[in-house]
Amino acid sequence: MSSREKTAFVGLTVFLAVFPWVSALSRSFSHYVDVMIFAGIFSLVTIGLSLLMGFAGQISLAQAAFFGIGAYGSGILTGHFHWNPWAAMLAGVCVAAAVAWVVGVPALRLKGHYLAMATLGFGVIVHIVMNEEVDWTGGPSGLGGIPGIRLAGRKISGDAAWFYLVWAFVLAAFLFSRHVLHSRVGRALRAIHDDEKAAEAMGVPVSSLKVQVFVYSAVLAAVAGSLYAHYVSFLSPGSFDLMWSIRFVLMVVFGGMQSLWGALVGTVLLTFVGNEWLQVFADFEILVYGGILLVMALFVPQGLVVWMDAFFRRRSRLQPTPSDGGS
Amino acid sequence: MADIFHGAAWLQYALGGLTIGAIYALVALGYNIIYNVTEIINFAQGEFVMLGGLFGVFYYQTCGLPLGPALLAAVATVALVGLLLERYVIRRARHATVLSMIIVTIAFSILLKGGAMLAWGKDPYRLPPFSRSGAFLWHGVAVQPQALWVLGIGAVVVGALTVFFRTSFYGKAMLACADNADAARLTGIPVRTMVLLSFGLSAAVGAVAGVSICPITLMEYDRGALLGLKGFGAAVLGGLGQFYGALVAGIVLGLAESFCAGYVSSGYKDAVALVLLMLALFFKPEGLFGSKEAAGLKRF
Repeated sequence: MSSREKTAFVGLTVFLAVFPWVSALSRSFSHYVDVMIFAGIFSLVTIGLSLLMGFAGQISLAQAAFFGIGAYGSGILTGHFHWNPWAAMLAGVCVAAAVAWVVGVPALRLKGHYLAMATLGFGVIVHIVMNEEVDWTGGPSGLGGIPGIRLAGRKISGDAAWFYLVWAFVLAAFLFSRHVLHSRVGRALRAIHDDEKAAEAMGVPVSSLKVQVFVYSAVLAAVAGSLYAHYVSFLSPGSFDLMWSIRFVLMVVFGGMQSLWGALVGTVLLTFVGNEWLQVFADFEILVYGGILLVMALFVPQGLVVWMDAFFRRRSRLQPTPSDGGS
Repeated sequence: MADIFHGAAWLQYALGGLTIGAIYALVALGYNIIYNVTEIINFAQGEFVMLGGLFGVFYYQTCGLPLGPALLAAVATVALVGLLLERYVIRRARHATVLSMIIVTIAFSILLKGGAMLAWGKDPYRLPPFSRSGAFLWHGVAVQPQALWVLGIGAVVVGALTVFFRTSFYGKAMLACADNADAARLTGIPVRTMVLLSFGLSAAVGAVAGVSICPITLMEYDRGALLGLKGFGAAVLGGLGQFYGALVAGIVLGLAESFCAGYVSSGYKDAVALVLLMLALFFKPEGLFGSKEAAGLKRF
């Protein structure tokens, strides 16, 4: 890690460690812990998606479906069959990975962006299944009574405990993804992003790497879905439709596709926008999201984090310093 | 022998399938027009269909125009939306990667959807059928005249577009832009104008689909995505860029969907076209009527 990034990471960890305490001090902020739990859950989805979009150069419009597979997997296995929640999470993750592999292998072997349409179709199919298989999923009226989760013999209860559990997952996913990006695989992914043909000519196994990234993004989404199921304890198909998949894409685009920090920042900001500040204009929500997505894609394609980074570097370069020797 | 036809359920399903299939074919044509000129897949195509239906309702009910002019005005308005999309959005992003282009058209599609929700609310709207005569019985099957209108319009649009792209000066110029935009520019073809035209034409075809289906299935703000996706299924199944392929594939999808709704499960009818789309993408991405060689040259 560069020293800048190290500082940022330490800052983030400290911020997360004190956040539940600080927000508990004032009544008007105390529910921000709840919002941050959702932001953490969504961050797991968007970290995987940003690897896929920013580094493998592919887009998936089925992340809400994988999120839903994890959530309903946990909900059904713990609710109907009384499985241990962690075993159920593992089962959901395995299903999501297998499905992603089946969808991803043929779609990614094709050129260009067939994955976009294949995942779009797949996401809608999953949503239809959730609505139709009433015996298992409860259909449109939802699936309730999902038990809580236990860790080391203690039930996770209360916002602070959930906050630390979820963000521990996020930090682990963040560090692991960062590690992947700075390894051989990460360099290969960047090569694919820059020029697929050149990468292939250099011996990079392009389609197999893309499939691996797609499966990894599905796994993270399923873990997130499982945590979501146990946290809210009630699922309905509306939380896993196409609009949610687009929201995940928006979070990644907003923060910046080519940086994991971008995914984190974009997700936290947009979760607050969605949960807190847009409640007033519920009907305008979709217009606001469309507008943000269009403006970002057209004018700030690198995303907020990279743009701000460049902005502040430019500012600091304008300050006259002795070492600024005519560069 | 004549009895297997008489009043048979399957005949009724087949008629319904043909009608909805013609709509999917029209949506697929919209994708093909833009694809043929720019090799872009426009994710907002389904929203053009939705807007066509709702603008038809606007001009007919709110403005009180007679049905014919109201429908033409609706198609013209949606064509204008298509032109605006190209001029102010796509043109700005023309140097962007395919990934950004997909994001841009998705963003535009949810803007259109959100705008339609604000303007028309969440209720479904209906247009009157194009001809006043009521449904009649044919071999014991109820036939809505509007279904015949949809089939006729689908056939006419496919024929007209094929003639336009094969024989007319503008049509050939538009195709040349897709083959090689730089070479087209060198021969004096105004590439930007052709791209602009393709978006207008594609939006107009989408709107035609919207106004002709509205009397049968009604129209509401959130129908665009699914119509667009099924239309894309027809476009891929027929071979991207192929007009007759789109017509046949659209009707195949419509029939499959209608028979599934009739004999298997009406809840899963929407999934049928999508499963076929995915099978086509996986096993025959060049489509039923496209050639593998040509597909290898394409960018998408």
